[in-house]
Amino acid sequence: MALILFLIIMALILIAAAIFAVMQKDLLFAVLATGIISVVLSVFFYVLQAPDVAITEAAIGIALTTIIFIITIRNTSRNEDEYTENHINKFDK
Amino acid sequence: MKRYIIFLFIAVLGWTLAQTFRAIPFGADRRGNLDQPDRVAAFYLKESPETLQTANSITAIVVNFRGFDTLGEVTVLFLAATGLASILYRKEEDDETEERITLISSSLVRTGAKILFPLILLLGIYVFIHGHLTPGGGFQGGAIIATGFLLMLITYKRFDTNHNLMVWLESLAGLAFVATGLYGLFTYGSFLQNTHSVGTLNDLISGGLIPLIYIFIGIKVGTELTNILDILLKIKPGKQS
Amino acid sequence: MNEFNELFIKYKDLITLAVYGTAIMLIIIGLYAVLLKKHLVKIVIGLSIIDAGVHLLFVAVGYIQTGTAPIFSPGYENAADKMVDPVPQALVLTAIVIGFAVTALALSLVIRLYKHHHTANIEQIKSLKW
Repeated sequence: MALILFLIIMALILIAAAIFAVMQKDLLFAVLATGIISVVLSVFFYVLQAPDVAITEAAIGIALTTIIFIITIRNTSRNEDEYTENHINKFDK
Repeated sequence: MKRYIIFLFIAVLGWTLAQTFRAIPFGADRRGNLDQPDRVAAFYLKESPETLQTANSITAIVVNFRGFDTLGEVTVLFLAATGLASILYRKEEDDETEERITLISSSLVRTGAKILFPLILLLGIYVFIHGHLTPGGGFQGGAIIATGFLLMLITYKRFDTNHNLMVWLESLAGLAFVATGLYGLFTYGSFLQNTHSVGTLNDLISGGLIPLIYIFIGIKVGTELTNILDILLKIKPGKQS
Repeated sequence: MNEFNELFIKYKDLITLAVYGTAIMLIIIGLYAVLLKKHLVKIVIGLSIIDAGVHLLFVAVGYIQTGTAPIFSPGYENAADKMVDPVPQALVLTAIVIGFAVTALALSLVIRLYKHHHTANIEQIKSLKW
């Protein structure tokens, strides 16, 4: 019974983290939520008897994808609603 | 208006997916007849231990049965890395030193990274050498090696991967993969054909050419992902081009 | 693992809903972000969520009740009839790596666009509009 409960709690965490990642305005927290999705997903793969996929998801989804998103946020803007006033666009009329 | 059309579209898609997967019962046996294979899953599960003597049947599929697809996938990875490098290309300005990190890590982090780095590399190499026996393989091992390099790159300001060495290793691994395929073509008559002497099940040297190809894939994926991270970490924040 | 198998048969509908439902929900949430969000990084996050949902769906389709991982370890050389379908797992394995490379490429485009237009909001990038 505990295993079934564990599975359902994991499913709920996945959906909650996905909704949080989409709704959050601060992009850094949104990216960390996608990291949580990867953690729970790799446990899910292990429960579904796919250890190879679980290892791949653990290495790539948790570490590498999160870090490239964070690098991108460092080089762009962190706030989703940021509306730059003095943006220069030479094609603007 | 556009918003409601999109909501409608998403709802229709979700309903269609739900209806489709109600017709595919979860956990039902869809492998086919295992003694006389009539579907690919049964065929692979039968041939992997018998003909190829490979314990991990996923490795057997990725490297042997679908080996040509894997070559294509490695090519996609290579093209993505090349595209990334060319999109983010900028002329070298010699007067400035490359600044990857703005904050200096504490000595605790630096010492821990120094201790963990060789262990992570060892784990990665173990994972892709034993790809045909245990869960793991070239893709997983390469990703683990890339995380090890990532740890060093974000901890130390002065740590630098030898870019030329990385590119050479990657190219040589890719060429070795193709050369192994050509060896099969000229010796046995089809591209990436495995050797006939495949060893015995659950030995370290078994499965014929499978461990060799997975080691090449591991080196290629590891250097490729490290290169991607290196290029991304070298962008100067706040500098506009 | 035997206990799990008994529970699996007993609560089959619940587990089916938990696994398939989660995967479909992930795809829908990701699609919502891709279609309706304005920030480029948010769009790429949506793409990676769709990726996660599709991978979960694939592995779930390959799962077989009372199955184990398709690895012929010592002592299990003849246990092919107790193993799950290996084909979707092999597909997902490479798909994750390719997905990472494609995400990296997309994010490099985002960085490039930001440096050119000084904004990552697609409503403000007007030079591509027609």
